[in-house]
Amino acid sequence: MAVVRIPTVLRKHTDGESKVPASGSTVGEVFDDLVARHPGLGEQLLDDGKVRGFINVYVEDEDIRYLDGLGSAVEDDDEIAIMPAVAGGA
Amino acid sequence: MRYDDVSQAIGNTPLVGLPNLSPDGYQVYLKLEGMNPTGSVKDRVARSLLDHARKDGSLQPGQRVLEPTSGNTGIALAALCRVLGHPLTCVMPENTSQERRQLLSLYGAEIVYSPAEQGSNGSVLLARELADADPDVFMPFQYGNPANPLAHYETTAPEILADLPDVAAFVAGLGTGGTVTGAGKRLKQHDPSIRVYAAEPEYGDLVYGLRNLDEGYVPEVLDVDVLDSRIKVDSRKALAWTRRLAAEEGIFAGVSTGASLAVAVRICKRLPQGSKVVALSPDGGWKYLSTGAYAPGDTDDVAEAISGTLWA
Repeated sequence: MAVVRIPTVLRKHTDGESKVPASGSTVGEVFDDLVARHPGLGEQLLDDGKVRGFINVYVEDEDIRYLDGLGSAVEDDDEIAIMPAVAGGA
Repeated sequence: MRYDDVSQAIGNTPLVGLPNLSPDGYQVYLKLEGMNPTGSVKDRVARSLLDHARKDGSLQPGQRVLEPTSGNTGIALAALCRVLGHPLTCVMPENTSQERRQLLSLYGAEIVYSPAEQGSNGSVLLARELADADPDVFMPFQYGNPANPLAHYETTAPEILADLPDVAAFVAGLGTGGTVTGAGKRLKQHDPSIRVYAAEPEYGDLVYGLRNLDEGYVPEVLDVDVLDSRIKVDSRKALAWTRRLAAEEGIFAGVSTGASLAVAVRICKRLPQGSKVVALSPDGGWKYLSTGAYAPGDTDDVAEAISGTLWA
């Protein structure tokens, strides 16, 4: 199973857990399983079947926009990180 | 080299090879932006922001400048504003290092603090409120001003191409997105096969503690289409590469440099053997000594101890 990292702002939907397991061979499948386990996350992560704005999703540190989006492949034990988009230091 | 004033001494920074840290069969180079007059890549951006605003009349002689910054842009603006006769107010997260506050004060800038837990998002918000409330100030706004990426389009990238015409990939950190956007566009115009990667610092939970996701922010100057990928680097990894850079290559750099170096090493294997990769080092380590990032000890312990201030 993959591990999904949940940002602070969404942990109210995962009983406060920062890392939760979910299974699937693509990010989309992992998200489906994640939402089945934690229904509150559904509308936070996806809008009309797409990843919502202001969220960045990474598989093993790589932004899925530059892989295959929700179709990006996920290996067993991969870490999927969900991060809010924030202004960087400058 | 002789110059008439400090603004002319900006740029033309060294591009230095890393014989000990480059993966076998690849050559990684660092562009040492810490060699700029105020010690960071932001000298280029500050000069460009002020030049364009003075030329188009949006910044009048003697007018106050106000800008959200975590340090480097503020320090660069402070030095140039001093020479040009503009008072400056910087809006900074309150957990930034002592060195940055002292440099800003030395250059005569005023500092307004935004809450640590809001990170740079908080500085952007507060600066906008202050600028909206005071029609007499000019806010260059590096996160949204095309003069920011233009500085890298006009100076950073041409310097890289002059020194290393067969560069295969370029890596820089994501703050405003100005470096990857401006330099990346110029490099791809020169040769569309040049890859451009952004190293995105993974901030601590503190910074990601927004109240809701709608408070997220994507800087207007960032053009995500210029990137070939965007790779996140956690504090421990960035710190480890920064410390190795000093120990194995004799280069003392800030922690963002370690993040870009981590990505440069990671992406080498996606390129043909013999490829040359340039990573941009935005600054030296001097302004971060007081954070403890360079203290002796185990990298994991150090990363843990300073997680609240590392990227501030």
